[in-house]
Amino acid sequence: MKYTEEHEWLLVEGDVVVVGITAHAAEQLGDVVFVELPEAGTEVAKDDEIVVIESVKAASDILAPLDGEIVEVNAALADNPGLVNEDPTGDAWFFKMKPSDLAPMEEYMDEAAYNDFIS
Amino acid sequence: MTDLRRTPLYDLHTELGARMVPFAGYEMPVQYPLGVMKEHLHTRAAAGLFDVSHMGQVIVRASGYEAAALAMEALVPASIAGLGEMRQRYGFFTNNAGGISDDLMLANRGDHLFVVVNAACREADIAHMRAGLAGCEIDEITDRALLALQGPQAEAVLEALVPGAAAMRFMDVAILGSDWGELWLSRSGYTGEDGYEISVPDAQAEALARRLLADDRVEAIGLGARDSLRLEGGLCLYGNDIDATTTPVEAALDWAIQKIRRRGGVREGGFPGAEIILDQLENGTARRRVGLRPDGRAPMREGTPLFASAAGGDPVGQVTSGGFGPSVGGPVAMGYVGADHAAPGTALFGEVRGKRLPVTVSELPFVAANFKR
Repeated sequence: MKYTEEHEWLLVEGDVVVVGITAHAAEQLGDVVFVELPEAGTEVAKDDEIVVIESVKAASDILAPLDGEIVEVNAALADNPGLVNEDPTGDAWFFKMKPSDLAPMEEYMDEAAYNDFIS
Repeated sequence: MTDLRRTPLYDLHTELGARMVPFAGYEMPVQYPLGVMKEHLHTRAAAGLFDVSHMGQVIVRASGYEAAALAMEALVPASIAGLGEMRQRYGFFTNNAGGISDDLMLANRGDHLFVVVNAACREADIAHMRAGLAGCEIDEITDRALLALQGPQAEAVLEALVPGAAAMRFMDVAILGSDWGELWLSRSGYTGEDGYEISVPDAQAEALARRLLADDRVEAIGLGARDSLRLEGGLCLYGNDIDATTTPVEAALDWAIQKIRRRGGVREGGFPGAEIILDQLENGTARRRVGLRPDGRAPMREGTPLFASAAGGDPVGQVTSGGFGPSVGGPVAMGYVGADHAAPGTALFGEVRGKRLPVTVSELPFVAANFKR
């Protein structure tokens, strides 16, 4: 798993990257009450704001970590946004994307580097 | 954060794991490890303890209560002279344009008036009272903390520690001796729940808070849940839902202007902006504060523009407070809309991130008040 400075986790599954937010981010956000997801098929560029997470108090964004196409979104979050707090690095993934180039993944942090980053 | 003030409960908040934020010049707990949602629901189900020591406590004295109250009526549209002994009432300071310069609680304490004002407005309010209350002595109380114990179990919890608390009705005030010194109680709060505000000497505040928290029914609650509770209760937040540009009638606070201060009343008018406000009471206003229930799950936050149709047209209003209501189980909001759109049931659209989402004007409060009248 790789990590961005925006507290996203990225998991490569074949030619697809699964994206979620870290437990640290979920804790900082507090209780998540609404998640606005992009539509599958959307072409995105790195740093596009593509997901909005509303917690009890505020809204925050998830940015596209890579250029590519959204191939699947996690419909379970629409009915149960609280999943983000319960299982941020598991069932509460946000979207899967097919990057046009996987090489930029190398620049993201590994787990040890991320743990240093948040400590 | 070095210039931020701390309440006597600061050390307790950090010990409890609170996330502290700057608020009205103080470092205040926004939430504890329980989280905003559970804190909110716990307050509705049992009892929540809030540190509201940042609010201003002020004693106004004149030759007697009536003299102080009549002087105050030159600044506040509520009937203060008509307040029974050891009773409290909600009111507001108005400006010459009829706008609200702060909202406050006013209590008749026998031979003087006791008022509680918002933290952010405290200095301005005290200056306003010193300038406007001729012949009165204005004393800011600086050696007392203020706690709020709110929720259906608040009465049982407090009565066990401070006998006499349970005998109070909604908006009663009392001065009772206790193991924590002399307590100034009022049966009020700002959550829509039954409960108390407790003014306690600074030196005793932490001990009293710890004793209350030692009761399993009581949890420490932060500003996050305080905000969602008051929003569900349809209660105005000064600076959001009311301010110097909104009049009490626009804000649907007509109920806080008693008949005796209105046209034809024995003590009609006499407060800043009276002509404008009394006119509005008779003839209505072009806009009005309303409750708003977004139809979907997306919260409509402060500043969300409201439209009458799904596309085109000018805004007909704006959200002033909005978020998720944990007890409602969905988004709730309040805002101002044109009078033509203020009837409950009116279908409107709130523009969230460029999309117009349906929202319905609804009755306030969203959660029925649980006061012991």
